[in-house]
Formats: sequence, structure tokens, C-alpha cells
Amino acid sequence: MSDTLSLIKSKGRALVGQRLFLPLFALFLVLIVNVIKTPAFFNISIQNGVLYGYIIDIINRSSELVILAVGMTLVIATGGIDISVGAVSALSAAVCVRLLGSSYDNYATPMVLAILAALAIGMICGAFNGLLVSKLRIQAMVATLILFTAGRGVAQLISAREIGGKMVPGQIIYVRMESFKGIGGFLPKVIVPTPVFIAAAVVLIFYLVLTRTALGLYIKTVGINSRAGRLVGINSTFIMFLGYVLCGLTASMAGVISSSRIYSSDANNIGLNMELDAILAVALGGNSMAGGKFSLAGSVIGAITIQALTTSLYAMGVTADQLPVYKAVVVVLIVSIQSEELKRWISARGGKKA
Amino acid sequence: MKETDMLTMRGIHKEFPGVKALSNVDFTLRKGEIHALMGENGAGKSTLIKVLTGVYPLDRGDIRVEGIEGAVINHSPEEAQKNGISTVYQEVNLCPNISVAENISLARQPLTKWGAVKWKKMNRTAEAALDAVGLKIDVTKTLGDYSVAIQQMVAIARAVDVQCKVLILDEPTSSLDDQEVKKLFEVMKSLKDQGVSIIFVTHFLEQVYEVCDAITVLRNGELVGRYDVAELPRVQLVAKMLGHEYDDLAQIRSQGGESLSGEIRETILDARDLSKAGSIKPFDLEIGKGEVIGLTGLLGSGRSELARLLFCADKPDRGELSFKGESVRAHNPIDSLKRGMAFLPEDRKEEGIIGDLSVRENLIIALQARTGMFKLLPLARQNELADKFIEILSIKTASAETPVSQLSGGNQQKVILGRWLITDPDFLILDEPTRGIDVGTKAEIQKLIVRLAREGMTIMFISSEIEEMLRTVDRLCVLCDRKKVGELKNENITQHNVMAAIAGGNQ
Ligand SMILES: Nc1ncnc2c1ncn2[C@@H]1O[C@H](COP(=O)(O)OP(=O)(O)OP(=O)(O)O)[C@@H](O)[C@H]1O
Ligand SMILES: [Mg+2]
Repeated sequence: MSDTLSLIKSKGRALVGQRLFLPLFALFLVLIVNVIKTPAFFNISIQNGVLYGYIIDIINRSSELVILAVGMTLVIATGGIDISVGAVSALSAAVCVRLLGSSYDNYATPMVLAILAALAIGMICGAFNGLLVSKLRIQAMVATLILFTAGRGVAQLISAREIGGKMVPGQIIYVRMESFKGIGGFLPKVIVPTPVFIAAAVVLIFYLVLTRTALGLYIKTVGINSRAGRLVGINSTFIMFLGYVLCGLTASMAGVISSSRIYSSDANNIGLNMELDAILAVALGGNSMAGGKFSLAGSVIGAITIQALTTSLYAMGVTADQLPVYKAVVVVLIVSIQSEELKRWISARGGKKA
Repeated sequence: MKETDMLTMRGIHKEFPGVKALSNVDFTLRKGEIHALMGENGAGKSTLIKVLTGVYPLDRGDIRVEGIEGAVINHSPEEAQKNGISTVYQEVNLCPNISVAENISLARQPLTKWGAVKWKKMNRTAEAALDAVGLKIDVTKTLGDYSVAIQQMVAIARAVDVQCKVLILDEPTSSLDDQEVKKLFEVMKSLKDQGVSIIFVTHFLEQVYEVCDAITVLRNGELVGRYDVAELPRVQLVAKMLGHEYDDLAQIRSQGGESLSGEIRETILDARDLSKAGSIKPFDLEIGKGEVIGLTGLLGSGRSELARLLFCADKPDRGELSFKGESVRAHNPIDSLKRGMAFLPEDRKEEGIIGDLSVRENLIIALQARTGMFKLLPLARQNELADKFIEILSIKTASAETPVSQLSGGNQQKVILGRWLITDPDFLILDEPTRGIDVGTKAEIQKLIVRLAREGMTIMFISSEIEEMLRTVDRLCVLCDRKKVGELKNENITQHNVMAAIAGGNQ
């Protein structure tokens, strides 16, 4: 009897000790609260030929955040941070939409080219950040602050439209062709939203690249001890640089999806505050902000958790301006459960009393 | 607790996940004695110190300190210090990016009544503290700019500077030269005369016999016994530590077969007029294939700096370097690696181990980097290599997947040594390779070095322990004041000649 008990105890401890336990636990908590509040939470139905339901909505809406979190994970793992991803999303979206044009009959540039151009812009922004951080050794927060502020400005310039004979920046430019909506919506005859496929593909490709090549190992090494990394022959500067380029790439993907959802580029709102959610997703995923070991799966779960939180708060009638307050409370809770320092503090207190 | 006891630890237990680091260990420290804590790598010495000083919580056990009522449990090193226990940990845990003076007065800087730091006073106090251990350096310079040995001395100076009843030194001498060791011993003896009790961890047996009064031996986390130094001859001490008889002083050279010295060797490396400002003055050096060449000199003589230039860990300002007949142009570690060089740096913590990565990953990382990012070594091959070198170097670890930071200091050192052996280089540079490694393994590593050289590997060997070099090298370069001042060959390599050469260079 006591044997089985101790077995369960040790099994339980092993489970709790797993890296992904806490992120999953946090997601689980959010979902449970939802089920209690909204019994229909897990219902999925098919309406108008596509899947429909809260859960589907959460997964669909979290796509951009999942993609962003993947890139952010890499940058944070190398010991950096990128606060420009939201602005880069907006910039890439602006470029994509500008190239596509607003005609009802045809695209000004073939869609594939426009998207590739948007992705290229994202990578160029990433390269700019990477250069500042890895080569010029500017603090990551400061270096990426440049594009954080300037990125949206440039996006507004790109989104200029002629009004009364003058070019006025910062306009919302619409794409009128139906096929563009497919990226952020549904493809014909497919019941699952397209962004979910894109996010899944991005996660899978990054996962494969990180585990089938030595890139994942190099990134961890650079994040843990870049001096040792250099001596064993790893080009720390290049690995950091690469991290930012990939992060820029994911930001532009998210930007294209967001713009397709609203079939327009809105330089003021696309990717707004997304950098914070992306960083939070990485943190919720149990990844250290100091760099080093990382878990893509953790970040993905973190991203879905944040989206679930947002959607469920809306569902509970919280208004958009109140949302950050509630979110902050929940996030503080989740992050403190994961805090090593807190655990140590509690155990030290317990020790003192004993 | 007896009248004469300063500190007693009874029935100490400490378990890490999967590892029983200490089981039922007793330890008694008398008043005014210097007590050696001995044992193989991973025996539990550092862990015993860490549970005593509150770095790790204690699982079970009773600790008493003289003058304090009841059981003492420290929750942090600061609390231990308040209870009169001052510690220098094995891994120097000072802040490398602030000045030496700040490090010494960390958390107890002299303040003006407005709360500002009194810099002049702080610097003067720091200089006085360093003077007490015989070190004269610029205290306003950043600590990280100094070598590991000097950082170690600074940590000692800091610990000695505070009033304490018990001073703990965990392998303080691991990268010190004879000179510094001598000075440290003077300091220890004078503290002892003032009634301070000292716990001293070291792998150098001579040092134990020179300063210690008593010895406690641990093996595999268990207590072997407590002995008076006078009663325990060296051979028996080694036997107690290893659990079997072993002669660590057996001739190493004779094991390796015929020496090649005297024959004309093919040149593998040729440095002409190589130099780097502020680091090492211009030097010429020619090294033959299969040669074991040693570098010696006092602290700060430039021996590590010379080695770093050869591996291109630092870029030379001027001069020519050619390796295997080809002129070296690209100055990056990765290029050196591809040419067949390997370099074990002196600073294990800052430049060696990659803490959170597993033992396996730490072992294969250099080979992986040489193979290239897109050709990931298959996991089966990684495991095979890791298992092989864990065996060869007798690395004590719960598994190949354990994070290397959880290994004991000496075992971490073995891992980074293994990392370079795995690359099977043509030219292997070893800067203090046996730092913190126990007697048994140390002799094994020296044998390995000699054997590898017989098989054609060229090895550069740097050690602050002269006897170790005498046992392994064919030729010895002497450095002084960042300059190469001479060379000793074969039969001329004797303790006496080396000392004379080092001293001669001084004039
Ligand atoms: N933080 C930790 N987590 C898990 N295991 C640990 C940790 N610290 C030490 N150990 C294990 O405890 C054992 C004792 O380690 P300890 O550092 O006390 O050895 P040591 O006697 O100081 O050896 P060395 O001479 O190499 O310094 C080792 O097997 C080590 O792997
Ligand atoms: Mg130790």
C-alpha cells in the first residue's frame, strides 16, 4: 500500500519535474475556468462549411502569436530580445499590400512575389537588428527599440494614399481580390483555417531545422557561454545574427497573415503589442529570459495560453480596455508559479520553521 | 561537543536527484587546526562545504559551532559568515566585470553619511587586504582582466579580510604557483596562530603534509575516517582516498616506451616574431611533430597568452605563424580547429564548460563544430563517444545526459579535456589540464599525454605544478615578464634548472 503510494508520489514528482509540465498546467487552468463559465466551450460544429467554435477560434487566432513566439524563442535563447517584431509585422504587411494594389481585377504584383517581398523585408529588418546586436554589440533592447519605433513610421509612409492631390501617409489600403483572403481565412473546400496550417508548418520546419542540424545546439551554446562557444569553434556572432534574421522572418509571416485577415494593411494596428505577447509566450513556455536552453513546444503552448486567455476574457465580457489588467493578474500568477526563486524562498521558510 | 572543538557535523545526508552526494558523514574541526578534506573527484568535499555554509539545504544532520547555542543551520553564505564561517568556494564566485577593490569590499563598502561609496578608502582597504596575501596589483582594474590565479588570490584575500572563526578554502591552490602557495600558507599559519580553524581542500598531497594537522577522507559520499597527519603516510592516504593501493609517483615516462628525444623531428608549428601588445612580446618558437613541449614561468609571465596566440584564440598583432608547413592567415578558433589544433583554456568556468548542456553535448561540441553545422553527428555516434570518454577519463556522472554544471569541479575539468581529445587533434594545447583533478586520475592523464605523443600527437603543456611538467615534457620554454627567455631540453630539465631559469629571467 505504502509502496504504491510512494510510487505515485515519485511518478507525480517526475511529472511535475518535466519541463513542459508548468506551461501545460497553466493552459489547462485557463481552459478549466472557461469550461466552468461557458459549458459550450469545447463544442465544435461545422457552419457554412467550416469548423466553428471557441476552441477553433482560439487556435486560429493564436497562429500569428505562435509563429512570432518561434522566432522570439531563438533570439531569447541566444541571450537577446527583439521588441521590434510587432512593428516589423506591420511593415511587412504594408509592403505586401502595397505591392498587391487595390484593383478589383488583378494584382499589381503576383501574390507570391508580394509575399516573398514581405518576407524579405522582415529578414532585412532582422538582419539590421542582428547586425547591431551581434557585430556592434549594442544592447538588444536598445538596438531593437530603433525598429520598434521607426518600423511603424516607415509602414505608414508605405501606406500612403492620394487624398485631394496630396500623398497622405498612414492610410488603410484594401486589397480587393478574393484570393488574398485565403491566407488569413479559409482555402476553398478546406474546413480548417489556413493560419493554423501555416503556424503548424512553421513550427514543424523550425523544429526539424533545429534538431536535424546542429543549429539548436549552437544556439544553446551561444546563450549559455558564448566565450566557450567561440573557443570550440562556434561563430557566436553569426549564430546571434541568424537568430534575429529568423525572428524577422517569422514577424513578417505573422504580418502577412494579419493583413490577410482584414484584407488590408493597417500600419497602426497590425502587430500592435504583439512583441509583448510574444516575449510573454516564451516566458510562459518555461524558457529562461537569460538565454540558453529553450523549448519550442513550450513557447507554442505559451502562445496558445495567452490567446486562450484573451479570448476567454472577451467571452466573459471583459472590455478591450480592461483586458490588459486581467491579463496582467493572470500572467503574474502563472509566472510566479514557475519562479525558482519563489520555490527556494518557500522551502527556506519551511526550513526555518522546522 | 568537546571543549576543544570549533565545529562538529554529525550524520550529514545530502542527496541530489539520482546522486547520494553525502551519506552519514561526520566531521570534526578542532580549535586552531588546519584540517585537510580529501577525496577523489566527486567524493563530496565541495558538497559538505556547501551544506555547511547554506549554499544547499541539508537533508539531514546536525551542525554545531563553538559559541552558538543549539544546532546551526545556515540558509545562505551570508548567514554562515555572520556565524563566523568565511568561505572561498571552488569556483571563484566574484563578479568579473567590476573592479578588484569593489569585489573585495562587496556588500560592505565604506559609505559616506550620504550613502555614497568612499572610493579612495575602499581602494586602500583592498590594497591592504591583498598585501596581506602578498599580491600587489592595480585594484581599480576590472577583475575579469586578471588571470584565474590572481582571481583566486583576490577571493582568498576577501575571505581572509573578514573576521571569522572558521575559514574554508576549497581548492584555493589549484592554479597557483609555488610562490603564491607559499605566501598563502604563511597567511594560513598566522591565522591558525590567532585561533582560527581552517578547512583546506586540495588534491596536492605535498601541501597537505606541509601545513595540515589533521585529515578527513571522504569516498563516494561516505566518511572513510579522520586522521592526524603525522600518523598517515602518503601511500596510505592515497589508498584511503581511492579504496585501493596506488602509487601515483610511479615513473610515467617509462610506461610510454622509447622517448623520441634526440631524433630530428619534422616541424609541425613554426612561429616567427609573433606578438600581441600588452599580452606577449615577440617570440620565435618551433615545435616538432610528436613533441611534448612545456611552458613555464611565474604568474603573469605570459605562458597562457603565448598559447592563446598559437590557437588564434587571440589575434596576434604581428609576426608569422605556420602550421604543418602552411602559413596561417585566418585567425579564428574554428580555423585552427579545422587545421587540427585543439586548445583547452585555463579558465574552466568562463571559457570551458557550457553549464546547462549535458555531459554528452559538452563532450562532442568541438567535434561537432569542426564537422559543420549541417552535418549533425548521429545521436548513436554521440552516445558512443560520450560513453567512451566517460570511461577513459573516469568521469563521475549520473549519466551522459546530466547537465555538466551538476558535476564536481574535477569531473567538469575531465569533460572539457575529453572534449578536445575527442577531436583527435594533431596539435593539442593544454593550459592547466589537471586543475582540480585527483591524484589517481592526474597520473592517468599524464600517462595518456605521454602515450599520445608517442603516437604522433604534438602537445603543448602548461602547468603551475613543476613536477607534473618534469614528468611529461621533452622540452621546456621558460617565460618571464611576457617574454620567452630560454629553453631547457631533456636531461637539463630538472627542478633546479627550471627554478634557476625562471629566477634568472627576472634579473
Ligand atoms: N548541484 C548538483 N546537482 C546534482 N548533483 C550534484 C550537484 N553538485 C554536486 N553533485 C554531485 O555530488 C557529488 C559530489 O560532488 P562534489 O562537488 O561535492 O565533489 P568534490 O569532492 O568536491 O569533487 P572535486 O574534487 O571534483 O571538486 C558528485 O557526484 C556530483 O555529481
Ligand atoms: Mg569540489
